[in-house]
Amino acid sequence: MKGKIKKLFLLSLLTVLALMFIYPFFWMIGGTLKPEIEVMNFSPFGSSWSLDSYRIMLGKIPLFRALFNSIIVSLISTVSVLVLSSMTGYALARLRFRGRSVIFNIILFTMVLPFQLTLIPLYVLMVKFGWVDTYAALIVPYTISAFAILLFRQFFMQVPHDLIDAARIDGLSELGILFRIFWPLSKPALITVGIIHYMGIWNEALWPMIVVRKLSMMTMPQMVALYAVGGQAESQVGTQLAAATLMSLPIIIIYLVLQRHFIASMASSGLKG
Amino acid sequence: MVSREQRAGHLLVAPYYIFFALFVAYPLIFSFVLVFHRWSIVGPLEWVGLSNFIELGGDPLFWKSIGNTLIFLIIHVPLQVSFALVLAAILNSKIPAQGVFRAAFFLPVVVSGVAVTILWKQMFSTNLGILNQLLYEFGIDPVPWVTDPSWAMPSIAMMATWKNIGLYVVLFLAGLQGIPRHLYEAADIDGASTVQKFFHITIPAINPVFVVVLILSTLGGFSLFIEPYVITGGGPMNSTLSGVLYIYRQAFSFFRMGYAATIGFALAFIVMTVVIIQRRFVEREV
Repeated sequence: MKGKIKKLFLLSLLTVLALMFIYPFFWMIGGTLKPEIEVMNFSPFGSSWSLDSYRIMLGKIPLFRALFNSIIVSLISTVSVLVLSSMTGYALARLRFRGRSVIFNIILFTMVLPFQLTLIPLYVLMVKFGWVDTYAALIVPYTISAFAILLFRQFFMQVPHDLIDAARIDGLSELGILFRIFWPLSKPALITVGIIHYMGIWNEALWPMIVVRKLSMMTMPQMVALYAVGGQAESQVGTQLAAATLMSLPIIIIYLVLQRHFIASMASSGLKG
Repeated sequence: MVSREQRAGHLLVAPYYIFFALFVAYPLIFSFVLVFHRWSIVGPLEWVGLSNFIELGGDPLFWKSIGNTLIFLIIHVPLQVSFALVLAAILNSKIPAQGVFRAAFFLPVVVSGVAVTILWKQMFSTNLGILNQLLYEFGIDPVPWVTDPSWAMPSIAMMATWKNIGLYVVLFLAGLQGIPRHLYEAADIDGASTVQKFFHITIPAINPVFVVVLILSTLGGFSLFIEPYVITGGGPMNSTLSGVLYIYRQAFSFFRMGYAATIGFALAFIVMTVVIIQRRFVEREV
């Protein structure tokens, strides 16, 4: 009996807490559909509903262009990270070559290097390359990730050696072994790296704000942040929330579908420490 | 055979060699050059010796940004660690629908910081925001969340805790689920209380997770940028000016690349020192 009461208490406590984490999003989405004067009301439901906030916002900023840019940048960068990092991870895990342990230590070192140190010099490099306001600036510095290399290395070390020997006897190249034997065996690692990297790039705001000035080259976080901060929104809260909603919905939908993978991936990313 | 493996190894790592040279080694070396120069990005670099560092030492805004970060950390880190641990412990106690609750706490983690910040900026509104509407229901006077210099940074720290706690709940939960059950059974036989079990079994067992959470939330504090940029622009009275926001301002409002790089240099030094100290004091050999 006592246990039951305790469980009931904990359940109601958790429900209240969970509402604190979910309600703001309902309020945000509700706010985009309410008349502007009711946006700040506590209830997510208005006296009437319309898509005016979206219409007004989309008339002011080319958000679909930013959506397109976000997809291009996140997709290319993620594919590249999967391919190039797994190549490096495979070499570090399964091939004996000179300098291997030096490279491994360098990669560990880059993991602890604070980004604040290289932010400005990296921007200078983009200027020297003439990459400001191009996809190259948004993508190329994110084509390999040290975290992904280490994760792939860890994962690949557990693949039985017989498989490699057999593949070599069959005349497969090392790249063939990586993509035809190791990749199909490494779905959890690929999913983890894919989700974490895609999410990171999709949500990244600082780097685009440094290397992009042109409206047509902005990704969603930058365009939406500038819309909310600059004068364009004219303090119409509904339209700001509409921009935030359109930016969040794709990732929330993917999250709801792949929820378990998301949580497992993020947990493993933290624990590699 | 050996030479084949040698060649294949270097070929597979070749993209990383290029990547490392361009995007790690070059910026690292160039940052050591920049800190001794004055440069507006157009025109030549002008050697100024140590004057960037001397200016930094006496720059009240730089020290203000460090102080702001410390205020953020002092509020954010204990809040984050304790709430995440408590939530994880509740979730771990055979609660029904554990997965649903976990997913709810995790939702803000996946949403872009910009969206979360825009949302909270409205919730923080002193006159109209839903936070103060809620407080009003309980008879509490409106709080000037982000309009008062002494409230603004704590408010942002609170928001950051809300945004990130899901990740740390999941980390702690994984840590708790990894503790062997027989440890608790043995303690029960010895007649240990719940509190004793918590401090003598649970806390030591999750020390590695604790270290990760501590370091990640500290790094988060030193990376603050978009939150103050969107909510307050660094104000009121520079009370939410963060280190990264200050770098951004010096570089892109005043075009002082050398000085901005120097701030980055100092910030990186402070971050690494803090993390090393944290590891020294908190990490236990398992």
